[in-house]
Amino acid sequence: MEEILQINKGYEEKYGFKDDVESTIKTQKGLNEDVIKEISKYKKEPSWMIEFRLKAYGIFKSKPMPQWGANLNEINFDEIIYYASPSDKKSNSWEDVPEYVKKTFDKLGIPEAERKFLGGVGAQYDSEVIYHNLRKDLEEQGVIFTDMDTAVQKYPDLVKKYFGKIIPMGDNKFAALNSAAWSGGSFIYVPPNIDVKVPLQAYFRINTKNFGQFERTLIIADKGSKVHYIEGCTAPIYSSDSLHAAVVEIVALEGSNVRYTTIQNWSPNVYNLVTKRAFAYKNATVEWVDGNLGSKITMKYPSVFMMEEGAKANILSVAFAGKGQHQDAGAKAIHLAPNTTSTITSKSICKDGGRTSYRGLLQVAKGSTKVKANVTCDALILDEISRSDTYPTMKIHEQDSSITHEANVGKVGEDQLFYLMCRGLSKAEAMSMIILGFIEQFTKELPMDYAIELNRLIQLEMEGSVG
Amino acid sequence: MKLEIKDLWISVNGKQIIKGLNLDINKGEIHALMGPNGSGKSTLANALLGHPKYKIENGEILLDGIDLLKLKPEERAKKGLFLAFQYPLEISGVKFSNFLFSVMKKYDHELNIVKFKQKLNETLKKLNLDENFPNRELNYGFSGGEKKRAEILQLLMINPQLAILDETDSGLDIDSLKLVAKAVNNLRNPNFSCLVITHYQRVLNYLKPDVVHIMVDGNIVLTGDYELVNEIESKGYENIKELV
Repeated sequence: MEEILQINKGYEEKYGFKDDVESTIKTQKGLNEDVIKEISKYKKEPSWMIEFRLKAYGIFKSKPMPQWGANLNEINFDEIIYYASPSDKKSNSWEDVPEYVKKTFDKLGIPEAERKFLGGVGAQYDSEVIYHNLRKDLEEQGVIFTDMDTAVQKYPDLVKKYFGKIIPMGDNKFAALNSAAWSGGSFIYVPPNIDVKVPLQAYFRINTKNFGQFERTLIIADKGSKVHYIEGCTAPIYSSDSLHAAVVEIVALEGSNVRYTTIQNWSPNVYNLVTKRAFAYKNATVEWVDGNLGSKITMKYPSVFMMEEGAKANILSVAFAGKGQHQDAGAKAIHLAPNTTSTITSKSICKDGGRTSYRGLLQVAKGSTKVKANVTCDALILDEISRSDTYPTMKIHEQDSSITHEANVGKVGEDQLFYLMCRGLSKAEAMSMIILGFIEQFTKELPMDYAIELNRLIQLEMEGSVG
Repeated sequence: MKLEIKDLWISVNGKQIIKGLNLDINKGEIHALMGPNGSGKSTLANALLGHPKYKIENGEILLDGIDLLKLKPEERAKKGLFLAFQYPLEISGVKFSNFLFSVMKKYDHELNIVKFKQKLNETLKKLNLDENFPNRELNYGFSGGEKKRAEILQLLMINPQLAILDETDSGLDIDSLKLVAKAVNNLRNPNFSCLVITHYQRVLNYLKPDVVHIMVDGNIVLTGDYELVNEIESKGYENIKELV
């Protein structure tokens, strides 16, 4: 079968366009202490933050490139631009956003989505969040949804208390890099017992070539509160690679409920190396719903540390790897208290020589009795040249845990395709239907518009690849 | 719709299964195809729809004079050919009703969801299926009998011109069998033809085929009217072989 079509056929016109506008402010290539000071100075940061950055930079330099997962050796840190800003001010009305940036987000449907079903929107273009808005009623309830830079200035106590505490700067090389060079990202605080019924969304867009985007997101859900945050990302297609190394920290205090949904659809020249971690306290629930379609290499393992009794983790992910892509994704569930529950469901699809890896950690610490944990990973391989691996790690230190682990690798059967084709569907349609069925467990968790968009993207892929 | 099969030879994985078979089904006729296990009945059914595993070595299949062998399975379906599978495939995560709506849109581009639901509910009643049945995943977790009834549900919805029923009767209890046979009988009209593949007389008692064929070892060895069914039932295939 001749199936050498590019992953994300249709990406070019829909997301792959670029704005030929020079950033207003841009640092020179490469990272050093001067560049970091320049970024910090531009942001008029307090001294504790500049110290934080410089310390992290030292750790970043001292840590070797990780060799245990996908191949990252081609990343040249000296060729990357670490800071670029399209505008020198943020706005909360679309009128004030620079025209070309506005056009970009219009094309991507962001303001439309905001009008339709979102409670708040943030839009980051390269390094800076250029637009932020939160519905009035949520604001009046005390909900904070702003960009991380503003939060450092306006809410220093909250930021100091949690920033870098869930994911310490030394956690891994890319968390250290982010801690040194971070810019933008979202800051959310939900006061006790407030239920934010509509999702809040941030959209991340890389435009500059050879760019590194290092947004930093911190979500604090106070006792008994509830919030759903959605993150989407795209970039133009350049011949050279870009880097996206984000850090996302979630604090779910007693009885709260946080859901974090990601639809990552980077262009196939972006290294997507993201650290995501949540601390779930007594009876709190954290859900990661993580979809990875794009990028060249993704390494991402959303984690939940269940800190206190009754905490719950639910990690649901889908990875789709086409030609030249490696999706090394997974999940970590760390049980640090009794009666904690985790469910990990991972679905992956690879085709045209793409590679998917599931990498997961399930840990039950001593003293964490009566833990329930459930891991399922299903892989679908669409042709002979693609590859899928599973790397599960389990560290169980309590005897009374109830643990299940299930892994399945399958192919789309000739008979299944034939069955659907006998009803009048083309091979591509039949293939799409089987794949969409395979990830249905994931799509049904998405807001309607995202589910439709995801299905549409996958159909597009299949149309291109089945002759 | 007239089906003509001329000197058909089919192999599977290098093994010759169908050996020079000839068969004509005229518009409006119901034919039964009987024969022992391994005689090639299902091979013929799958090859008629173009399963890639079945290699046509020689021969012709014409549907109203059109060369079927040049067409892909989905094109054959759109020409009016339908196969009710002996072992319907399970497709998890795909809602039966969504699947069926996508399929029906292939035959009727104008079809809207209201019209579809209306027809679906009527058809479910005919087969004594629950109205929630289409909310289940396609064949996934269905019992044997449910799978067979789901095939007939599709048949009734699509309303093809030539239907092949590949052992639809096996796995059905007597009540379901009656429902299915009655529903297929209701399709009988001058434009509907049907090939019923079966081991048993039971279903044919209700369907009353116009022509009955006995297939042994890759070929039709005996063709007759409904009387032939009774003869098979009393004598068995072994003795029929001697008759030939």
